[in-house]
Order: sequence, then structure tokens, then C-alpha cells
Amino acid sequence: MGRIEQAFARLQGEGRKALIPFITAGDPDPGLTVPLLRTLVRAGADVIELGVPFSDPMADGPTIQRASERALAKGVSLRQVLSLVATFRGEDRRTPIVLMGYANPIEAMGVEAFAAAAAAAGVDGVLVVDYPPEESADFAAALQRHAIDPIFLLAPTSSDARIAQVGALASGYIYYVSLKGVTGSATLDVAAVAARIPEIRARTGVPVGVGFGIRDAATAAAVARIADAVVVGSRLIEEIERSAAATACDNVLTLLSGIRHAIDAAAPATGEP
Amino acid sequence: MAVHDHDLPDATGHFGPYGGVFVAETLIAALDELREAYAAAQRDPQFLAEFDHDLQHYVGRPSPLYHARRWSERLGGAQIYLKREDLNHTGAHKINNCIGQALLARRMHKPRVIAETGAGQHGVATATVAARFGMECVVYMGAEDIHRQAANVYRMKLLGATVVPVESGSRTLKDALNEAMRDWVTRVADTFYIIGTVAGPHPYPMMVRDFQSVIGRECIRQMQEQCGRQPDAVIACVGGGSNAMGIFHPYLAAAGVRLIGVEAAGEGIASGRHAASLTAGQPGVLHGNRTYLLQDENGQIIETHSISAGLDYPGVGPEHAWLKDSGRAEYVGVTDGEALQAFHDLCRIEGIIPALESSHALAYASRLAPSLAPDAILLVNLSGRGDKDMHTVADKSGIRF
Repeated sequence: MGRIEQAFARLQGEGRKALIPFITAGDPDPGLTVPLLRTLVRAGADVIELGVPFSDPMADGPTIQRASERALAKGVSLRQVLSLVATFRGEDRRTPIVLMGYANPIEAMGVEAFAAAAAAAGVDGVLVVDYPPEESADFAAALQRHAIDPIFLLAPTSSDARIAQVGALASGYIYYVSLKGVTGSATLDVAAVAARIPEIRARTGVPVGVGFGIRDAATAAAVARIADAVVVGSRLIEEIERSAAATACDNVLTLLSGIRHAIDAAAPATGEP
Repeated sequence: MAVHDHDLPDATGHFGPYGGVFVAETLIAALDELREAYAAAQRDPQFLAEFDHDLQHYVGRPSPLYHARRWSERLGGAQIYLKREDLNHTGAHKINNCIGQALLARRMHKPRVIAETGAGQHGVATATVAARFGMECVVYMGAEDIHRQAANVYRMKLLGATVVPVESGSRTLKDALNEAMRDWVTRVADTFYIIGTVAGPHPYPMMVRDFQSVIGRECIRQMQEQCGRQPDAVIACVGGGSNAMGIFHPYLAAAGVRLIGVEAAGEGIASGRHAASLTAGQPGVLHGNRTYLLQDENGQIIETHSISAGLDYPGVGPEHAWLKDSGRAEYVGVTDGEALQAFHDLCRIEGIIPALESSHALAYASRLAPSLAPDAILLVNLSGRGDKDMHTVADKSGIRF
């Protein structure tokens, strides 16, 4: 059983929901990435999504694009991201790491070489934003050969047929994009999200995390009542962006701990699998 | 090979290994809707008749085929014929595609259109059709390009469009495309994204090519009328590649006709300051399709350079990538300096001020023509007029207005 599956099994046993924070590797400096990863774990992260910087992050909003630009300005490459993961993995054998990024840096390295290197570094899942299921059968197979979970996005606009198509390839969890728009967009309609989750769980057989538009503890708690995992990204990046390097970890710890408490205090889900 | 070059893309939008649909899940439903709407429109005689009608009465088609006799004589070789897309309404080939997509937007009941633009030609063409069809129009343009193309920015505003400066990344065309995609994903219910070139996710490369293919179809008829035969080679500049696909596509099946795409070699391929994706790039994934890209060893897209804003793009349409690999088309590079020389030559010898983009195709024709016999024929797509480039050219010549 992979680390992601273990994490969700453990949480289910405890009657808790997963907290999945997202940060961009190398933002604002590669030297801060491993300390930030440790901080996320201290704040109660169950899985961590680590963004791989890309020059043209088409599906992201301005906040995550700026994080990418700061990391790229420091020369952060996919290889360096993998070595940061390996360093973290040396001290934490338990917290799953999911790389999230775009296809081109992976294709430049070569899909098979990437899958092997990611597995060696201790990566547990990979979400490639611009690899929808119809373009990623080979990629998903390469990841699974190396015991890495291919994580896919689903959206409010995804048809039942597509949900089934994603379900056939996905393992680990599904990332449900809670609204139309890019990362960091403003509002989230919890009722609309709640209506889709049971259906997605039933058709895919993997846990469902919800992200995009979760900016505070109250929204996180509301999402925790209906989904298996809560993904928080842009809000954390903003915190890192406006913190000095010396205080970034403390500020992220405070923010994410508050969200963790809100999720744990949320009423038990009505739509449990 | 199972299929002919001209039968592509396949049902899933692939040209061999290129093309496809490399977008986030959030855009899939919109692309499905567009693909179905376009497939239905293509079979609808009324849609096709409206398109033809507008091309004739609003754009001014057919555009002339012009024998550049004096220039050909000066060069002392092949006869050069110019397909005068510069004489279209708004001054470039871009309008052909915009008419097609605006008609489609109307069929799909989308009251708002958005576009990305580099040189501003596609932005102007989109703003033009939006005004005519009474649609709201937002154009995304890199802040750097806004500075380089001030006159086109003002044109778009006159036509009622909102021009949004894009400050992210390299602040040029590729960043404008990213921003337009973000707008689309946010407002997909009421918005139609008019992509200006033969790139992006399926069905855009096919659809834009189809709308632009009127150029090549007219050429086949006009060449027959004027010369009694088809040209030895067809030459067109390639940035994203829409004017080139438009003139190449009807010629794909004509095996005796060489197809030559001319990329921007900027300050020279060896300098690294260029925009020649096919000549110097590697296959990868950007902006929804797999194609040749200018990228570093880590797969990051690199900043490009060309004197012509319209060619300043790190990718290229996937069908060009396929035509390069299959050998049906050849791709060459022309530097800023060579393009400028051709620009001045056409001004002085033929009384035509060409766009700097088109000047790249002209420059290659002037390189090739002297090596051919006087009864050889070169057909060059003069894709746009050069009024928009006055400041750039004056600047290079040390002249201030």
C-alpha cells in the first residue's frame, strides 16, 4: 500500500479529513523549501502537494504564477525539485508528497526517466495539470510501474463519462476543482460542490480532495464536511510572499494550524464513503 | 503511412505525434462544445454561405495575385507572385479566421469574445468583427508588445475593445495567450476564445487552418488563370503559422509544389536571439498542444526575439511540426536584417509596404529566386501590410517622427 493510500486509510479510521497544503518548490528560495515542508507537517498536513515551477502556468492564477517566477529566477529545475523531495524524504518517511506541475518539464526529462527519478526521490503522486486522461495513458502507466499514483483533476463541468474515464486511470485521490477559474480565484459554492462529491467517489473508487478557492478556516471546515480532503494553495503562497524569509515558516505554521483545527472541529461528514 | 498529410488531424486532434488536447480538465467541456459546434457548422450550407459572403463583401476577397515583375527582374531569376492578403480589410490575413470564429460564436450564442495578440493584427481583426457583430471584446496583449505596437492598441480601442496589458512572464504573445486561457476558463459560459493562429488545443489548429485555407484555394485558381500552371514553390512566414497553413494546405496534395515556411532567425540562430521553433526547437507541450518549442534543457519556455512582433512566439502550430517531420514542407530562417532589406526593396521597387512578418517570406524568395530559371514561379504569401511597422523600421534607420 502506497503512502497516499495509507494516509487516507489512517484518516478514515480516525474519522478525520485530510489537509493537503500546496507550496511551490523553490519559492522564494530553494533553501526554504525543506524547512517549509517540515512546517507543513508540523501544522498537520496529511499529504503535501509540491508545485514544480513552470514558465507558463496556464491554469494557475497570478499568485502561483508569481511563486513559479520567483523559483525560476533562482534557477530551480525539475531535477532540483526532486533532490529537495529526496532531502525531505530522508527525514520524513510518512508524509506523502505529490508533485503538481505542467507537462513540458517532464517531457524534457523524458517520461520514463522522470518516473524512475521521482520514485527514487520518494515522490508518491504526480498531477500534471495539462495531461487530461485522453493524453496520459502512457504517462499514468509509467508512473504506476514505479508505484507512483497518477492524480487527476475533475471539474464541475466534467461529464459522467469523463469521471469514469478518469476513474479508470487514477489512484491515490482525485483533485476536484471546486469552481470555474484558475487557482486562487475568489469564491466557492459549497452546496454545488457537495452535490458532485458522492457521485465522483462512487464512479472512481478513490478519495476526493477539493481545492481552488479555499482561503480561510471557515471554508476549509465547510469543505471538510463534504469531501475527503481539503487542498489549500494560493492562500499559503500569499503568506509566504508577504513574509520575510526568517518568519515565513512561523507565519505558515500559524495559518495552516488554524485551518487544521477548523477541519478537525467540523461536524462529521454526511456523505462518508 | 496510413493517412495522407492533408487528411489530418485525426479524430482526437493529432497530426502524427503533434497537436492533441493538453489542457486542464476545467477547459475540456468548453473544447468539447466548440468541437461539436464547429463540426455542425462545417456541414451547414447556411454557415458556409455566410462565411463566403462576409469574406467577399466585408473582407474584400478574393485578394489579388500580383506578379512582382520589376522585383523579379532585379533579382534575375524566378518570377515572384504575391498573394495580396495585405489588401484585406484590416490589412492582414488575420480577418479571414476572425470572421469564421465570430460567426461560430454567434451560432453558439456567446455574446463575449476574447483574443490574444502579439503584433496587434489579430487583436485588431477580432475587435473589428466584434464591433460588426455587436459582441463585447477583450484583447490580451503583452505589456512589451503594447509598447511596440501603440497604433494597433489605439485601433482596437477605437473599435470598442478593451485591451488588457499582460505583465506576467516575458510580457509578450505567449503570456497574452496564457492570460486569455485564464479568462476563458473563468467565463466559459458566455465567452468565445478567438485564437489567432493554428496553435492551441484541438480543434483550434484545424479550425483556424480551415478558415485560412481560402488563401490557398484562391491561389490555385488564380495561378491557373494567370500562368496556366501552379508555382514551383509556395513561401510563407511562420510564427504560429496561420498564414502559412492557409496557403499551404490546399497545396499539400500537389506533390510537385515545394512548400517553404520561413521562421524568424532574429539576430541569427547561433546568437540564440531568434524565434525559430522548427529550425532550432525541440518537441514539447505548450498552450494545449504538442509541437516544436524553444525551451531550455529543463523544459522551461525561453524568451524569443524577432524584429517582427507577430513572429515572436516560442511555439508553432502542430501541423507545421508534422509537415516538417514528414518532409512535405521545408522550414528555413531569415534574420532581422534580411527581412528589413526585403521590406525596403518591396517598398522601393514595387510600391508595396509589407508587414515585417511577411518581409521574412519575401527575403527568402529573394534568396531563392536568383538560383532558379526565369520561367520558374515562386508564390509568396504577402500576409499583411507594413503600416503598423513604421515606428520599428524608422527606429532601425535612426529616424524619429
